[in-house]
Amino acid sequence: MYRKLIFELSKEGRVGHVLPDADVPASSREELIPQNFLRSHPAELPQVPENEVVRHFTDLSVLNHHVDKSFYPLGSCTMKYNPKINEKLAGLSGFTDLHPAQPEETVQGALRLMFELQEYLKELTGFQGITLQPAAGAQGEMTGLLLIRKYHRLKGRNPKTILVPDSAHGTNPASAVISGFQIKTVRSTPAGLVDLDDLKSKLDEDTAGFMLTNPSTLGIFESQVSEIRRLMDQVDALMYMDGANMNALFGIVRPGDMGFDVMHLNLHKSFSTPHGGGGPGSGPVAVNNKLKNYLPVPIVVKEDNRFFLNYDLPDTVGRVHSFYGNFALLVRAYVYIRMIGKEGFRKIAEHSIVNANYLKKRLSEAYEIGFDAPSMHEFVLSAENQKKRGAKALDIAKRLLDFGLHPPTVYFPLIVKEAMMIEPTETESREMLDAFAEAMLQIDKEIDENPDIVLNAPHTTPVKRLDEAGAVRNLDVNYYKRTD
Amino acid sequence: MAYLSNSDKDFAEMLHTIGVDRFEDLIENIPREIRFSGAFNLPEAESELGVSNVVGELADENRTFVSFLGGGAYDHYVPAVVNALISRPEFYTSYTPYQPEVSQGNLQAMYEFQSMVCELTGMDVTNASMYEGGSALAEAVLLGAQQTRKNKILFASTINRRYREVVETYTANMGFQLITMPRAGFTVNTGELESLYDDQTGVFVVQHPNYFGFLEDMEAISAFCRDKNLILIEVYDPISLGILKTPGDYAAHIAIAEGQSLGNAQNFGGPYVGLFSATEKLVRKMPGRLSGMTVDSEGRRGFVLTLQTREQHIRREKATSNICTNSGLMALAAGIYLALLGKQGLQKVADLCLQKAHYLADRLCAIEGVSLASNAPYFKEFTLKLPVPAKSVIDYAMKKGLLPGIDLSGEGYPDHLLVAVTEKRTRQELDALAETVGEAVRLVR
Repeated sequence: MYRKLIFELSKEGRVGHVLPDADVPASSREELIPQNFLRSHPAELPQVPENEVVRHFTDLSVLNHHVDKSFYPLGSCTMKYNPKINEKLAGLSGFTDLHPAQPEETVQGALRLMFELQEYLKELTGFQGITLQPAAGAQGEMTGLLLIRKYHRLKGRNPKTILVPDSAHGTNPASAVISGFQIKTVRSTPAGLVDLDDLKSKLDEDTAGFMLTNPSTLGIFESQVSEIRRLMDQVDALMYMDGANMNALFGIVRPGDMGFDVMHLNLHKSFSTPHGGGGPGSGPVAVNNKLKNYLPVPIVVKEDNRFFLNYDLPDTVGRVHSFYGNFALLVRAYVYIRMIGKEGFRKIAEHSIVNANYLKKRLSEAYEIGFDAPSMHEFVLSAENQKKRGAKALDIAKRLLDFGLHPPTVYFPLIVKEAMMIEPTETESREMLDAFAEAMLQIDKEIDENPDIVLNAPHTTPVKRLDEAGAVRNLDVNYYKRTD
Repeated sequence: MAYLSNSDKDFAEMLHTIGVDRFEDLIENIPREIRFSGAFNLPEAESELGVSNVVGELADENRTFVSFLGGGAYDHYVPAVVNALISRPEFYTSYTPYQPEVSQGNLQAMYEFQSMVCELTGMDVTNASMYEGGSALAEAVLLGAQQTRKNKILFASTINRRYREVVETYTANMGFQLITMPRAGFTVNTGELESLYDDQTGVFVVQHPNYFGFLEDMEAISAFCRDKNLILIEVYDPISLGILKTPGDYAAHIAIAEGQSLGNAQNFGGPYVGLFSATEKLVRKMPGRLSGMTVDSEGRRGFVLTLQTREQHIRREKATSNICTNSGLMALAAGIYLALLGKQGLQKVADLCLQKAHYLADRLCAIEGVSLASNAPYFKEFTLKLPVPAKSVIDYAMKKGLLPGIDLSGEGYPDHLLVAVTEKRTRQELDALAETVGEAVRLVR
């Protein structure tokens, strides 16, 4: 495989990009800026010709697994197909060349797109207000929690606790803390639902809200949501929905109708914008009327068919992004919604649910299903049986790589031993699901028949298992530092 | 319908395999009373051709100009290589490198990005990226305050107001006191630092070049912070470090930047990329992902996400930050940009910005009644004092296809204009702006 670092390609005097010469009188730096402000020696950035820069990053790129290549069933990540038309239209210069401080009358198309997207997302979720500002799901969570905080403060209250189920994504408790709350964890029942007795025992006047992912990270719909709402109302606590799994709900239920007060969406999950190797994402936050007045500013509003940025929200929590959010992703999500249309969203949910249940059925031949409950768009296996026979969830995951398949999310949620969390999404064909099932079933057989091939996997990847403990022990995160 | 891979026939057969008759059977545990039974008030589905027309019209409704707008987003040239590479689906349709064996491309690119930003800034460690400049600064303030365990954070008066507002939002419930130095001109009055300090002050935040484009007396600020044992957070412009002294030179503990200038489009404000660097001492408290070099089981070089015990997916409520998805693709663009421009290219971009900005400022200041707002040195951006409201100049110039700068009314300076000049602006455009501003001033007066 390709093994060069960009620094190892560098040779003094090589040029990657030629800039034009100055067309203004070329004064020296020292004439324009006092010497004591100037760096004494230039940054030793690589010196690599253009052709080699292109080859370097191209060579690196092919070492990645990606959605365009093959199946990527990471649970709760919704690695669905990223339509090419999204990319093409988001790349129009009428969008990419816009500066965020341009006068509003010169960006009416962009503002119209944002306004309409706000309306579409409110319609799909059943809410009355929305901000497009948060740059990712976790920032959306923080924003939602700050809104909850504001709600209580303006009522003269200061409850400090957010309840979070034990199945929650790690960002939920982390977001609660960064928003100034503390958390209490609520247990799940053997059926994978919120344990209402445990919830009641933790609910009190200090409870500010409950953060629930629905369907949960177990892929199970929380059917007690109305009961939970009633409990929360007893102490005036609010209900936050983590919308990571919204893909399963389109057209079946709307979080706003179900009794939630606030939720975030992940446009990079449910609305097909690409994940970019770890971002950018986009995490709009939708709210009901209780919280509408506290949303971050600005919000896009419409008056007389003109569009404006409204900064006049006296009780706003402030601003969470320097500008208006990840606009280029908003364009992609807008394109997607227009492509799917009013009838299509329900089909997305239906196909994602059927794909998950079909794959679960096929895998249940050999793998233990973590919870015996109907699944939505994802499900969690336990590799406990396989572990007893000698191969852990991690080994199975690594062996899957040899089949050209990306493994599921492993060891999450934390409440399932040897968890493998599988989300196929609606964009995968039955043949792909079958191929994944065959691979998983073959690995299960290999555990008994040829265990080494599983335990030493992967065999076909650019590198084999990596020494993660060594990476921490001998920390090397900066090439220049190590060569000092 | 678009993007579904299975036909109705497949769907029916799969239901049969699952062991149910109808789809409804799979969701019978969802209570009827909370179901959505209506029809969405959304447009009908479009074809690709149809949506191209709809969205193409929206793009056409926007107007672009020869732009001198800056204030945190800049019209730098993006070499063709950058978009060609970040448009590779191997990069943009991949995800967080949770399985390093099949993510070496992203992990190595991250490592190279981290390293180059360290070299650029003179800092020890850089993470894999934050969302954008404002939230990166907010997380820096949280880290600095946590490190010092003191609750007063002192802000220079010349910081981008948008960044400051994001910090306020992030810290609203933390019990911190954010103190902004009194505004006195367009640079920090370093003589005032001493009087604003008390023993509860733990962090000082400065932007250099500052929001108004001017250079701060970083030597004095650095000495003050060292003397008082304050955590120094410097917000910098990555292009400026082609020629200017680095945050490392000023002994900053944390260096923050908006990285959009490095190979990313303006995109009406996002997605951008927050650059977050720190001293080695702070590495275990830093937010965000880090790629580290290691070896595989056969001793070959490879990369993994490292020090993950700082992160939310391991540490939950004890994590150093809640950040998960960040700005990977934009960091990749920045890394490609730095690798491509390299040692000479980055200096050249910086020199071009410097020279053109000074040429333009000289021409503008030749207009009667127009002057620079400060005598301090500047890099690629400067604040101009006008004899007329800035808005009147902007309105006039827009008719000629020019956006001359940002109206500083919002900062309390209605007759001030913030002008940014990148290497893209030609002499012809600079001359046109100078002539146009001159005409506008004469007309309005």
